[in-house]
Amino acid sequence: MSKQNRAFRELGPLVALIALGVFTAILNPRFLSIYNLQTLGKQAAIFGIMAIGETFVIMSGGGSIDLSPGSMVALIGIVSTYMIVHGIPVFIAILVSLGLSILIGLWHGFFVNKLKVPAFIITLGTLTIARGMAAVITKGWPIVGLPKNFVMIAQGDVVGFPIPVIILFTVLLITHFVLEKTVYGKHLRATGGNEVAARFSGVKVEKVRYIAFVVSAFLSGLVGIIVAARLSQGQPGVGGTYELYAIASAVIGGTSLSGGEGSALGAVIGAGIISLLWNALVMLNVSTYWHNVIIGAVIVIAVTLDILRKKSLARSK
Amino acid sequence: MEYILEMKNITKEFPGVKALDKVDFEVKDGEILGLVGENGAGKSTLIKIIGGIHIPSKGEIYVGGKKVVFNSPNDAFSKGISIVHQELNLCPNLTVAENVFLGMENLGEGRNNFLKTVDMKKLEEAAQNLLNRIGAQFSPNTLVRELSTAQQQMVEICKALARNPKMILMDEPTSSLSIEEVERLMKIIKELKKQGISIVFVSHRIEEVVGICDRVIILRDGKRVGTLEKDEIEENKIIKYMVGRDVELFPKHVERKKGELILEVKNLKWQKMVKDVSFKLHRGEILGFAGLVGAGRSETMQLIFGINKLENGEMFYKGHPYNPESPYDAIKNGIALIPEDRKLQGLILQMSVKDNIVIPSLRRIAKSGFVLDEIKEREIAKEFVNKLQVRTPSIYHIANNLSGGNQQKVVLAKWLVSKSDVLIFDEPTRGIDVASKAEIHKLMEELAAQGYGVIMISSELPEILNLSDRIIVMFEGKVMVELDNSKRNITQEEIMYYASGKKQLVNP
Repeated sequence: MSKQNRAFRELGPLVALIALGVFTAILNPRFLSIYNLQTLGKQAAIFGIMAIGETFVIMSGGGSIDLSPGSMVALIGIVSTYMIVHGIPVFIAILVSLGLSILIGLWHGFFVNKLKVPAFIITLGTLTIARGMAAVITKGWPIVGLPKNFVMIAQGDVVGFPIPVIILFTVLLITHFVLEKTVYGKHLRATGGNEVAARFSGVKVEKVRYIAFVVSAFLSGLVGIIVAARLSQGQPGVGGTYELYAIASAVIGGTSLSGGEGSALGAVIGAGIISLLWNALVMLNVSTYWHNVIIGAVIVIAVTLDILRKKSLARSK
Repeated sequence: MEYILEMKNITKEFPGVKALDKVDFEVKDGEILGLVGENGAGKSTLIKIIGGIHIPSKGEIYVGGKKVVFNSPNDAFSKGISIVHQELNLCPNLTVAENVFLGMENLGEGRNNFLKTVDMKKLEEAAQNLLNRIGAQFSPNTLVRELSTAQQQMVEICKALARNPKMILMDEPTSSLSIEEVERLMKIIKELKKQGISIVFVSHRIEEVVGICDRVIILRDGKRVGTLEKDEIEENKIIKYMVGRDVELFPKHVERKKGELILEVKNLKWQKMVKDVSFKLHRGEILGFAGLVGAGRSETMQLIFGINKLENGEMFYKGHPYNPESPYDAIKNGIALIPEDRKLQGLILQMSVKDNIVIPSLRRIAKSGFVLDEIKEREIAKEFVNKLQVRTPSIYHIANNLSGGNQQKVVLAKWLVSKSDVLIFDEPTRGIDVASKAEIHKLMEELAAQGYGVIMISSELPEILNLSDRIIVMFEGKVMVELDNSKRNITQEEIMYYASGKKQLVNP
């Protein structure tokens, strides 16, 4: 029964995503142009990859949340492009940047597990520190003059599929497998569902959370590289409030803020909805001033509806 | 009529189930009425109707002879009916006085709104009066979080009294109290009766119902199946009504063979809770731990299970020094704990029965150690659900929806799957219905006979006396005495004597 339930949970957001797409396409057929779909795909990839990481952290429970993804995007974008313009080979620069992301994830895990600092606080720290460091490194200026093989990461495509979309699907496949098919996935759900019982059952709760924070930081770093490549420059100001879209995507996709429930697929669908909404607002010529207002309202409505739906499901049992 | 509360023909239907079927229920002026029944018998539904939380589908309610309709908890309150719920509903961050008068800070004078100032002095005085009425020993300006469960319950009782009730309904009030605390509660109940308040006493513990009630009403499957007047109240009769047949509470004792030494602990020490504990455990025996709440029994077991780290002393397991870093270590070695609080420590409630059963063994079951093997998991879960006769619609049913007894079997199953050698039961049958209780007792005896080393902590003396081969009585973190019970000849009095910290039994 838990299985059927899980499949069903993603159905609601998926229907919303498709409906929104059809609606936009009818009002403005240009929505279906290859160019627009590619743009949309890139945006969805950026939010989707971050939302998957966020899902890992939120699922681990105990009030865990990661507020750092937006700033991580800026910092890792800066670190990787800085190395590249200083003559370090692209491949090495990317590896080192991702390594740094993992270290930051471990840093979060250390504070949460060992020092019992709330995840909200330690990742809030990173939110300002990482963005600050990005500005320190560049003194506020963008880093330009990136080689073609770097910008290809975001601007290239394979038979029409932008590379970020391919990266998104790769990440989705791996994380979906990890969450649904591995011992780690089960332990993550157990930790989020009931930390004490999980510990009493021999689950290494702390290790589980360490990994969740590392996954989130790693994926944010990955997005940092994609965003820098997309803009053809390292930008210390990029990615502001991205963490909020990552959280919203995860929640729209069925992740429970109290932990224990969620899926990678749901997170990607949630990110799809938010990205599609941005895109639709542009396509439908809605004044940019209204964009934030509408997106915020949709997030609130979507999550409220989902909670009401779950409530009525629980009652009908 | 002398009825305080009279309910006639109460029927309550939920989609798909009839929780109550034409139940009559009446409470006499100044009596202590016992309400008993298994889980699912309809007790909680009835309580919720009395408390105004559920509205009956059919039937009438009369208070003091007048017909009333309870639409909300406040309606019941205002008619002089108070309920002390099983789960205590206090704000831990507020003081006793603040909790007692929460929502009636005006002490019942005039209107109570947000702009009213609160006279803390008056509040504390009034609270003190109520505390005196039930003989509570703590101050009204203590923070509730600093109180023990038993004391918090007293606060709940005061909270009920503050509303000047004619009747107080107590839902499973003894479920988390020690023997001594239960005795004190019984005194309070008798005292309240003297003050003219009717008490409805809802309990699983039949011996308590027998001890205190003037009349007992028994529910089964949503129907009222029996009423016993004062002189008819007997344990066997109540159980028979509850279950619908005769039940043997404890299995007939079969002589077991004590096997090899498996676990030995010497001079264990941990903070102030465990001061000096030594004992040996053999395969094929049940070692019972008796004592009051706070005697350090659970804390001792938590050292063996690796939840807390040993400060002093030694442990030997299967002949080797043993010092677990974490539950993970203990489990790897084959030591399992069936914890006191199933819902908090034993189960992941929103996960399925199957997932709960296999969780400690996932790595072993999984392909190459990390890819889940659904098929194998399913087979194992099915096997143990059958073996332990867990009553669940399917292995995919979520654990939260099972009854207490079946939940306990799920917790036990996960340790049998994980191939343990030592099973530590902490209050194995707390809050479990009579029939499941008997089944769990039988399982424990069988497991001991199969060669498991079984440790059982229990606050229910009949359980300790009937199941244990040896009994260790603890008091304030120390072992007071170790008693040989292989002939089942130890008495309740002996245990109580040592449990209260006395050294030598002079003349039993």
